[in-house]
Amino acid sequence: MDHLQIARTMFGTNMAVHIIFATIGVGLPMMMLTAELMYQKTKDLHYVVMAKRWTKALGVLLGVGIPTGTIAGVQLSLLWPGFMEVIGRVMALPFQIEIYAFFVEALFMSIYVYAAERIPPWARITSLAFVAFGAFSSAVLISNVHAFEGTPAGFRFENGEIVDVDPWAAFFNPSFLVTAGHTALTAYTTGAFVIAAVAAFKMLKNQYGTTEYKYHQKALNLGIVLGLIFSFLTALNGHATTQHLYYEQPEKLAAAEGLFETTDHAGLTLFGITDREEQRVKYGIEFPGLLSVLSGNSFDTVVTGLNDFPEEYWPPLYVHILFNAMVIIGTGLIALSLFSLIWHKWLKKETYPKWLLWLFVASGPLSIISIECGWIFACTGRQPWTIYRMLSTADSVTSAQNLGLLFTLFIIVYIVLFVAVVYTLLYYFRRNTVSDDIYRAEQKNGELFESNS
Amino acid sequence: MADALIAITIVWGFVFLYGIMATMDFGAGFWSMVYINHEQTNATKIANSYLSPTWEVTNTFIVGVVVAIYSLFPGAAYTIGTVLIVPGSLILLLLTIRSAFLVFSHSVEQYEKLLTYITGITGLIIPGLLISVLPITHLGVVEGERGSETLNLFQLFTNPNEYAFLGFGIFSTLLLSSLLLSDYAKQVDEPIAYKVYRRDAMITGPLAIVLAFMIMYTLKNEASWLYVRMMEDRTLLLLSLLLFVVAGVALYLPYFSKRDVKGMPRVAVIAVVTQYLIASYVYGKAHLPYMIYPNVTITSGFTDPTSFRAVFITYIVGFAILVPGFYYFWSIFMRDQRKKIKKKHISQS
Repeated sequence: MDHLQIARTMFGTNMAVHIIFATIGVGLPMMMLTAELMYQKTKDLHYVVMAKRWTKALGVLLGVGIPTGTIAGVQLSLLWPGFMEVIGRVMALPFQIEIYAFFVEALFMSIYVYAAERIPPWARITSLAFVAFGAFSSAVLISNVHAFEGTPAGFRFENGEIVDVDPWAAFFNPSFLVTAGHTALTAYTTGAFVIAAVAAFKMLKNQYGTTEYKYHQKALNLGIVLGLIFSFLTALNGHATTQHLYYEQPEKLAAAEGLFETTDHAGLTLFGITDREEQRVKYGIEFPGLLSVLSGNSFDTVVTGLNDFPEEYWPPLYVHILFNAMVIIGTGLIALSLFSLIWHKWLKKETYPKWLLWLFVASGPLSIISIECGWIFACTGRQPWTIYRMLSTADSVTSAQNLGLLFTLFIIVYIVLFVAVVYTLLYYFRRNTVSDDIYRAEQKNGELFESNS
Repeated sequence: MADALIAITIVWGFVFLYGIMATMDFGAGFWSMVYINHEQTNATKIANSYLSPTWEVTNTFIVGVVVAIYSLFPGAAYTIGTVLIVPGSLILLLLTIRSAFLVFSHSVEQYEKLLTYITGITGLIIPGLLISVLPITHLGVVEGERGSETLNLFQLFTNPNEYAFLGFGIFSTLLLSSLLLSDYAKQVDEPIAYKVYRRDAMITGPLAIVLAFMIMYTLKNEASWLYVRMMEDRTLLLLSLLLFVVAGVALYLPYFSKRDVKGMPRVAVIAVVTQYLIASYVYGKAHLPYMIYPNVTITSGFTDPTSFRAVFITYIVGFAILVPGFYYFWSIFMRDQRKKIKKKHISQS
């Protein structure tokens, strides 16, 4: 690997680790808030227990999410000083505001955890709402920097100097809303399906009719309903995001779809591998005309192919696979949750068949894979630029050499963290079972939170 | 220039706040390792109970420092990022391991011993690495043209000033944290732990001040520009020295109360923090206009004026939320800890 590749892999590895914890860190507070609200509605203690156990899980996950986020923030300026110089001058606002968003989240989290039993329900729900709001804002603000990289605004280069800086124009760059919305919605989708996955797994392990089974079934149902809502909204937003690509980064869309020749009635190819020599997607299933319709709502929409761009501007062609994986998983999640809802609500089935539960077990990891594919697609699909048509990745990278050793050290630390976080979660939840917590919650003066937080 | 001065004051403010919070945090980690086998003193328990909930807030501040530098001085951030890749990455790695295990040990008892060693060892190494950033900025060890600057590690590590800073950083960490922990131990009624930490402060205090003199002594030869400018404010430096003496007196003063403890740690904490505030102000003022001597000045690295105004407004709004929020967090935390430890007293007796 050359210098640039090592730097990219190093940063990419950090982001790939961080994004798992960050996504769940945004999704879980929304689930916790829903559980607390469900408790207010039903007065069913199971929902309190859910909120408490998810809070605990969130706490453990933040043990990786926060440090890897710190690495990301600092590594940006260590590995990409050229990029951060532009960002510092033009796009500093999201980073600035994000600190306060994070602070609000941390603050209300400690209030929620430390004071949960001593404050009235409305105050508890308010502090949890602030936790969710803080997490949501962090995600939105950081995605905004990513949006700016694809659709830069609020500055211009003149003889190598940055001029005409307008930080708020940069902040409200053209793809801010769709991109940030995509991050937030997919995080909520992932949160819902991760909960559904754990619940479904536990339902498979527990006898039908036991308290634990009922508890997990309630959690699964929450996951299904919220999963359906958010995966559907993601699809709508994903469509808008793709149309933005059509207008703002056409070569990214062309690479995502493996389209070489500019044409109307452009077809959409599902699956397959893009072949550079033959200039087509091999082994795929083609839907004629569909790409034109998706891009501009008409078969006559002309979609620009890769050949209309100089080859050094082409993103890597494997992004077709990533894009496909993301879309297919997303569609699958909608289908899965919709089917289950119909099964449960309209067909009035009391239980879910085993194969369906296993599908839910898979839905958690799959949604995370989809998140990973989406991020890798979004970032490698922008290559060779860090700021589209403004700053190349090669001009952004540090001149400091010999990153190999540092990279190795980071990899080792990530492996240690992964093992430790899985062990910690398993250990804790084995020691503190659902029935323990339900028992504690049923004691009138039981201190559910303080007992083990 | 005026804007750049405001901006560098913001950066200095963040560095100072992080410096104080982090030294207490890291030092507490170190002490909890030192006293791990002195169970009867409760010193480790005190240090750990202080350590756990504060790291998240402290962590916000290191991100705050980094973000303040690159959003206010993007030009300087370029050079700083390039030369600090190795020390910066090491700090990140150590911080990551430390924070993660701090969190995990709440849930897994077996991690507690491991955690104590992790926080103990990193508690000394991280401050040592962090403080080395200062000599890097003033010793002139950054070489090369813009775009390909490198840090001359050989020159850095053969410079006595670097070692004076290193030692000062470590002993300051130990001093500040033992002072704070003695105050904290006193508040939660742990007389034995209080005495242990008071003694530690009495030992590390003089050592830290000796190293502070070493810094000035080596600075005279190694970076005379900085020395000369710092000595222009000798009254302030003397005031800072005086505050150190005040802290010493406060620790030895008999404390009139029914309890069997002597000293006024709260006064000592405030005196020493003020001492550091004044000394770091003198250092920072003398350092101007250089951010990295002699390559980068505050004007050469300064951000775009429109960006500065926007960022400045976010600081004002942000701090309006941050300060009361932080105060509230702190009071909840202190109340909670006191209650917890009292509960333990009751259950033990």
